[in-house]
Amino acid sequence: MNFDFSDDQKQLRDQARKFLAEKCPPKAVRVVLDGKAPYDKELWKGLAEMGFLGVAIPEEFGGAGAGHLELCVIAEEMGRANAPVPFSSTVYLAAEALLIAGSDAQKKKWLPAIASGEAIGTLALFEGKGNPSPRNVKLTAANGVLNGVKKPVADGAIADFAVVAARTGSSGRDNDISLFLVDLKAGGVEVKSLTNLDPTRGQAEITFRDAKAEPLGAAGEGWGILTQVLDRAAVLCAFEQVGGSDRALEMGRDYALDRIAFGRQIGSFQAVKHMLADMYVSATLARSNSYYGAWALSTNAAELPEAAAAARISATQAFQHCAKNNIQVHGGMGFTWEFDCHMYYRRANAMALGLGSLSYWEDQLIDRMRKKNAA
Amino acid sequence: MNFDDTPQEAEFRATARAWIGANAPKQYEEELRKSSLGRTVLKNANILEVAKAWQKKKADAGWACLHWPKEYGGRGSSPIERVIWSQEEGPFGQLSRMFIIGHGMCGPTMMAFAREEHKRTYLPPLASGEKVWCQLFSEPAGGSDVAGLRTRAEKDGNDWVINGQKIWTSGAHYSDYGILLTRTDPTVPKHKGLTMFFLDMKSPGVEVRPIKQASGASDFNEVYFTNVRIPDHQRLGEVGDGWNVSLTTLMNERSAIGAAVSTGFPELFEYCSSLMLDDGPAIEDRAVRSKLANWAVKASGLKYTSMRAISALSKGERPGPENSIGKLVAGSMIQDVATYALDLQGAGGVVSGEDGELAGRFQAMLLRAPGTRVEGGTDEIMRNIIAERVLGLPGDIRVDKDVPFNKIPTKGRG
Repeated sequence: MNFDFSDDQKQLRDQARKFLAEKCPPKAVRVVLDGKAPYDKELWKGLAEMGFLGVAIPEEFGGAGAGHLELCVIAEEMGRANAPVPFSSTVYLAAEALLIAGSDAQKKKWLPAIASGEAIGTLALFEGKGNPSPRNVKLTAANGVLNGVKKPVADGAIADFAVVAARTGSSGRDNDISLFLVDLKAGGVEVKSLTNLDPTRGQAEITFRDAKAEPLGAAGEGWGILTQVLDRAAVLCAFEQVGGSDRALEMGRDYALDRIAFGRQIGSFQAVKHMLADMYVSATLARSNSYYGAWALSTNAAELPEAAAAARISATQAFQHCAKNNIQVHGGMGFTWEFDCHMYYRRANAMALGLGSLSYWEDQLIDRMRKKNAA
Repeated sequence: MNFDDTPQEAEFRATARAWIGANAPKQYEEELRKSSLGRTVLKNANILEVAKAWQKKKADAGWACLHWPKEYGGRGSSPIERVIWSQEEGPFGQLSRMFIIGHGMCGPTMMAFAREEHKRTYLPPLASGEKVWCQLFSEPAGGSDVAGLRTRAEKDGNDWVINGQKIWTSGAHYSDYGILLTRTDPTVPKHKGLTMFFLDMKSPGVEVRPIKQASGASDFNEVYFTNVRIPDHQRLGEVGDGWNVSLTTLMNERSAIGAAVSTGFPELFEYCSSLMLDDGPAIEDRAVRSKLANWAVKASGLKYTSMRAISALSKGERPGPENSIGKLVAGSMIQDVATYALDLQGAGGVVSGEDGELAGRFQAMLLRAPGTRVEGGTDEIMRNIIAERVLGLPGDIRVDKDVPFNKIPTKGRG
């Protein structure tokens, strides 16, 4: 047993951290936050050049073929830097869906383009309020075309292609759902940007009117594939959330050491110390749950579904907790646009919803634990 | 990152499993499995005797105190082998709770500070459970403020004469030996005038009075010292260096990882899996599921935090503050879990003991839980440790830091 990243993986983390500190300082994030650009194109290009976009994509499809532990390491740094790029939608969702269910031709077409930064992908699953469920998929697929509306679609306004969940049957069961690949730059697709909690990662509404689509995976197996994609993304997002938690904690700690009030560093007041200690505790629990998720993901272990749900819940809670209390430590300054606290608060709360909300994952975790106990 | 056993680890596991299968006291397995914090009951046996017999059997076969050196009664095992052992020992491991203070704290302190002949004399019977040890630190005037203790040790020839009182001493009523922190110089600031000893608990002048706890049980004691004589060769460390010696003890407490922390979660999950509420099975109730999921990730987070610590330990890194997190999170969690289990029982939840649901399992947990949040450092002290030693925040303002001990005002119980 060895429950830690290897020295090589830690070296990769240092490399990613250094790269992002230089290329993605808060002022770069603010360009996107302030609406001056839809995402950081230069950073995206740089990430591709560093090999980070294709780190878990096999070499035969243009990636580095390193693996998912390496991707977890990068994900943590992306979260720490609050990177304003479509990393999660392209790499965790679209690329993973292709890796799980894509034909050889589909992989050859899209994966090298993802790894090189030429193609941005996303997953179009939700249709308004609600959590992942076959029942909530109303968009239909028939005769090779899609009709319906998806929203919110993460990074939908900048994506080149989407993996779309569509209804192909009316049995009322999970096998009514199939997945499709759609070129979003082709006809029959209308994209509208939506305002959202975290402008550093956009959300869109996409309307499909007889949009041409090709099946991804077998007909009727869409929900099974989606569940796997969401589980993998849950682990990868958990690492982003852990990175964000750590950064928010660090910001709070640094401010508590710097700021003097009542003649003392505010970090010398027990109320402040204990708040920061609790942030450390939740970030640590999240990190440990995420490590277990990383192990399950990288070995494709039978424990993955349960580990993914646990990592998701733990990391979501930790990031929300740390981002919220980071603002509290900063007092009034923390609530200003000028300070960076709100960027993490926005990201934490947007990420808490992106793959389905906490209550959805709580249900998943309990169902999966019951299944394991019954087995 | 790898959870699988290496070939050596797998071999160790197989050997341990086979030996436990052939030797463990299986007649108590079910009762031990159903025990929880606050409720370890063997109906037809004395648990101390059962624990001692199991420990002795382990020691004779080389399975006691796995990480201790062989010459002191251990096995010289790696931290990971210790984890594997505890996984394989399962519910029988609950029996070693009787020896946790001796094995986790007194033994390592003896190893670091006792004379070689004392180590060879005292450590093997401690490892084998034949002799039980306790730790005499806390006092009425100094609980969390350990260095505020007032028990005096005065030199008289080759002996030291001890007078004073200790409190919250776990297991003193069945202990044979103890390590004792005393004040040898009240005229210097409090941390500088302390000295550590070990002593025979049967020495004349030692009086142990069990304390009846809020739970009704008596796990702790007051211990009174009246002109108790301890020979100087039983001193641990230098005169006046007792604070540093006690820090070693407390560091060892932190590194006593590998044993599963009680959180109450497995008990609650099992309970909810079969419980019927007015509207149907508890496990299908949205509110119940949400509570369970939140506690599930705390319990798994603690488990994997401890495994990360063990991995670090096996690479030769020193144990970090992970164990402070364990007790901090588990303490209030077990209290909340017990409260919630009783809430699910409705009005009937008030009935405790053998008359209660599941023989009063959660009621016993509720009444024992407050102690977990206090013993070995309160939640507040644990948070201070994290804030100061991990996050580097300023220490609390200590008005008594440079004041001679006998000039510090004192009031209240520790």
